[in-house]
Amino acid sequence: MFIKQYFKDIYNAVRSLLIGMNRTGYYFTHHKEIITQQYPENRLELNLPERFRGEVILKHDEHNEHACTGCSACELACPNGTIKIINKFDISPDGKKKKAIDTFVYHLELCTMCNLCIVACPTDAIKMAQNFEHSVYNRGLLTKKLNQDGSKLRAGVE
Amino acid sequence: MFSLESFTTIVQDWLNKTFPPNIALFFEFVIVGVLAIALFAGLGLILVLMERKVAAWIQIRLGPNRVGPKGIFQSMADTVKLIMKEGLTPDGADKFLFNLAPFIVMMVAMLVLAPIGFAKGFHIWDINIGVLYISAISSVSVIGILMAGWASNSKYSLLGAMRSGAQMVSYELSVGLSILTIIVLTGSLSINDIILSQQTGWWIFRGHIPAVIAFVIFLIAVTAETNRAPFDLSEAESELTAGFHTEYSGMKFALFFLAEYINIFIVCAIGATLFLGGWMPFHIGTWDSFNHIMDYIPSFLWFFGKTFFLIFLIMWFRWTFPRLRIDQLLNLEWKYLLPISMFNLILMTLIAIKGWHF
Repeated sequence: MFIKQYFKDIYNAVRSLLIGMNRTGYYFTHHKEIITQQYPENRLELNLPERFRGEVILKHDEHNEHACTGCSACELACPNGTIKIINKFDISPDGKKKKAIDTFVYHLELCTMCNLCIVACPTDAIKMAQNFEHSVYNRGLLTKKLNQDGSKLRAGVE
Repeated sequence: MFSLESFTTIVQDWLNKTFPPNIALFFEFVIVGVLAIALFAGLGLILVLMERKVAAWIQIRLGPNRVGPKGIFQSMADTVKLIMKEGLTPDGADKFLFNLAPFIVMMVAMLVLAPIGFAKGFHIWDINIGVLYISAISSVSVIGILMAGWASNSKYSLLGAMRSGAQMVSYELSVGLSILTIIVLTGSLSINDIILSQQTGWWIFRGHIPAVIAFVIFLIAVTAETNRAPFDLSEAESELTAGFHTEYSGMKFALFFLAEYINIFIVCAIGATLFLGGWMPFHIGTWDSFNHIMDYIPSFLWFFGKTFFLIFLIMWFRWTFPRLRIDQLLNLEWKYLLPISMFNLILMTLIAIKGWHF
């Protein structure tokens, strides 16, 4: 029984090691799998992974409308106070007050790209963009207003 | 057919004609020394670059690609950097031993080079106990490592050196036994005789399964003996920063680094000599025409080809397998490799006595 287990151990060890070597040998011989980007040279044809997180943006459609209701779920979800939402109240034609965002403030310098705000958003209004070239000479420029001028809430989004 | 043997004969004849015997011998020593150092420098540059490229490709990266075309001058740039750096000696270290240790490690690597046959008739020293000499001298390098670890007066260095000592002493046994397995077949300890005995085929093919088992055990054990991953506990970066050479910098560190690669080359050269026929071309039994074609490839190319193949295998191991814990390491040696190689040796002896090998 012991002897049987002994040889079984050896067999399993050799087998698993060979599986590992097969995988690395595949990568060694298939250079098309290489994922390194030679960045400054290929700046124009960068091929970033789909889930790469560069910054938070507010999605706007062609009518300059977004889906942010100003519920500030993202602001609450953010672990380090990156997002600050300033609301205003629009008066609709029939006299009702309606909450809408005035400014969506985003402090890029505080953001750790943790994705929690995107998960928290009930209306799927914000997403992670892939732009990563954020260097500026004045750190004030890193505090961004994400909603575009004159944009408004898309009709039908609650 | 191109051969280095005629060239060495011409040099020796000329020296003996021109100078008295003692001075001629002295000049031969100088030539051999220069050649050995040139080989070391060349190997260091090539192997470091090769390791980095192999590592990169296995890990789906590009590797060095900026210095020179395709990055081929990267290791030279690294060498220049290491030469320019300050060789710091820590305050609390034992100065004499601390500075001596890298040279001991380097000297051992150089000494082991002596009996290796690089090409047909191209030996430094063809002694009749070549294999014994190699296994005796190569275990001296543990003294250099222990010396480095102890003299550094640092906890990381000492732990690394102690682990290295335990590891080398254990794995020495498996290396010795797997070498013996082939010695049983050849009946000679001389490297040249071992190579000549593989005239009709390499031992790994002619020795049936025991030779293959011995080859695998040899590869595992020499990987451990040269302190390389997955057996690199003596310098385990994540636990001991750099193990026994934590306190070394500049050229003294470079000597340890170089010695590691030279040791890999040497153990792979021994493996190639014992199992893959050294400089002997690929021969199949009595297929004379096939053997004749194979003879046209120069013998030193065969030697370096086989050696670099084994070096590549060891690098492949390094970048695939995770590091073992110290108890797993010793378990592997004492519970698996040693009993198997002992049994294997008995089996091979039986085969040799009965003449069952090809």
